[in-house]
Amino acid sequence: MALPDFKKRARVSLLALGLTGLVFLALHLLIARGIIDPFIRGILNVACINVLAAVSLNLITGLLGQLVLGHAGFMLVGAYTAALITKHSTLTLGLSLPLALLAGGLLSAAVGFLIALPALRLRGDYLAIVTLGFGEIIRVVANNLSFTGGPGGLSGIKSLTTRQNPAGLFDLIFPLTVFAIFFSYSFGTSRHGRAVRSIREDEIAAESSGINTTYYKLLTLTLAAFFAGIAGGLYAHQIGVIAPSRFDFNRSVEILMMVVLGGMGSITGAIISAAFLTALPEMLRGAGQLLSSVLPDVMTGFFNNFDQYRMLIYSVLLVLVMLFRPKGLLGRSEFRLTPLLKLAARPRKGGGA
Amino acid sequence: MRPIVLQVEDLTIHFGGIQALEAVSFYVEENRIAGLIGPNGAGKTTVFNLLTGVYAPDRGDIYLDGRSLLGKKTYQRCQAGLARTFQNIRLFKDMTVEENVTAAMVAQYSYPLVSGLFRGKGYRRDEKDAAMRAEELLELTGLAGSGHLMARQLPYGQQRKLEIARALATRPQVLLLDEPAAGMNPAETSELKDMIRMIRDRLSISVLLIEHDMNVVMDLCEYIFVLDYGRIICRGQCQHVQNDPKVIEAYLGGEMNGVHA
Repeated sequence: MALPDFKKRARVSLLALGLTGLVFLALHLLIARGIIDPFIRGILNVACINVLAAVSLNLITGLLGQLVLGHAGFMLVGAYTAALITKHSTLTLGLSLPLALLAGGLLSAAVGFLIALPALRLRGDYLAIVTLGFGEIIRVVANNLSFTGGPGGLSGIKSLTTRQNPAGLFDLIFPLTVFAIFFSYSFGTSRHGRAVRSIREDEIAAESSGINTTYYKLLTLTLAAFFAGIAGGLYAHQIGVIAPSRFDFNRSVEILMMVVLGGMGSITGAIISAAFLTALPEMLRGAGQLLSSVLPDVMTGFFNNFDQYRMLIYSVLLVLVMLFRPKGLLGRSEFRLTPLLKLAARPRKGGGA
Repeated sequence: MRPIVLQVEDLTIHFGGIQALEAVSFYVEENRIAGLIGPNGAGKTTVFNLLTGVYAPDRGDIYLDGRSLLGKKTYQRCQAGLARTFQNIRLFKDMTVEENVTAAMVAQYSYPLVSGLFRGKGYRRDEKDAAMRAEELLELTGLAGSGHLMARQLPYGQQRKLEIARALATRPQVLLLDEPAAGMNPAETSELKDMIRMIRDRLSISVLLIEHDMNVVMDLCEYIFVLDYGRIICRGQCQHVQNDPKVIEAYLGGEMNGVHA
């Protein structure tokens, strides 16, 4: 067993950062030049936001091994906070939005901390029940307060994306999502993450190994709520209109689905399935339109609204994954650069592919 | 007599109407291997659970190195120098063997979250130190070269050893072993005995052992406390305990003759 080679790891991390930067630059240019049209741009932005939400939920379900059924509640807190701040701020949006996102994240983290405090004194699946209750309560609260706009919610939220700068919001969403991915990977492999994972494996053994389990559980929940709040704030500014109904139980389940399908504990899995599930309704819509144009009139109605069967498809997908890959698509494995680099560095043998 | 590291005084606890422990007192001397034995249901594991803070006693006190442990939580007792293994193995199964050991060191390092995120100086210094210490401990417990395996991939005997390595990673003064030889074959058992002795000699740790295998107890333990129905009925060195009629009556009888032969 060799000691860790930090220099080599740093080089790989720099390479990953460089590659991500290239992807960012390419997407930015494609959007700015109008090659990616507003429709696809919208899907791309929402996909990134969903990835952010899924990655933050994965901190709890994957690393800590606890179930959370109210993640949309944290997004709601972040969304309303950020939207209210930018609506009433006199600063330019380029300045106020980052501050508003931070405020939304912090408030959501504070709420997460307060919920975790009593919930974590209980063992087992109580966190799922407590967060389920929280998600419903916060939605009902937003439905009934006047400054949140009641059931109608908030509209006319300013957008960074303008005719002159089509990539405006994307330029904020993408780096933040990348940071959350970096954060959860780096956190998971630090001593703090190791403590959290040991709690997932065996709480009693972790406690007996000198790990303050309550502290690490609180830490993880607060961090996850922070990123969920930021995701909510970004979502509000991407969509422009928010209402409590957008952050209901279904939304929480949708994010959980992304994590479970990808494999609980796999960040790569969460990214892939979040992106896929975001694009799925649009693909269904496209497929439905195609089918209704070639099929006889009787079935047109069904296929015209094909995308509305999204929840049906989700459940079928979930059942299939649970049957054939109970640990999710990727289990706990991650995409890694190092094996690829090794593969590339290996001298080729004659005739081989 | 050597200085006492772990002292238990007048420990008493009841569960409902059952008096599980009644005024139990015993001690572990520095750098000694002490044994706690007794028939099934005598209250041995209850003693461990009181030592590690799973239950709070009705009466009595526990001193580690002269300081009372009462009121401290399990993880604080571990940080204070009391490490344990479990009767039914409790490893971090889906983590690597090395991580199982380094996870137990988390509290000994102090680099902050941010340093961990960006792999700062503190992270690099501490993680290198942790990896080095883990390698030493794995070597000591005969697990060298298995560091990268998942803990669940190890055979049973090695999983027991990994539990000991993990306990040692917390830098304990006293190591509590709850039936370490349970389920082991004779070869593994004799290896284990050598290992426990070597750990005591090399790391100068005191050991308190609960064990059913009388061969292990009589070979290893330098001082034995016998528990029956929640009371200490006999204490002393192997010879003395083996010949005590109360102990033989309690449960040793037939088995002890086997050891004599």
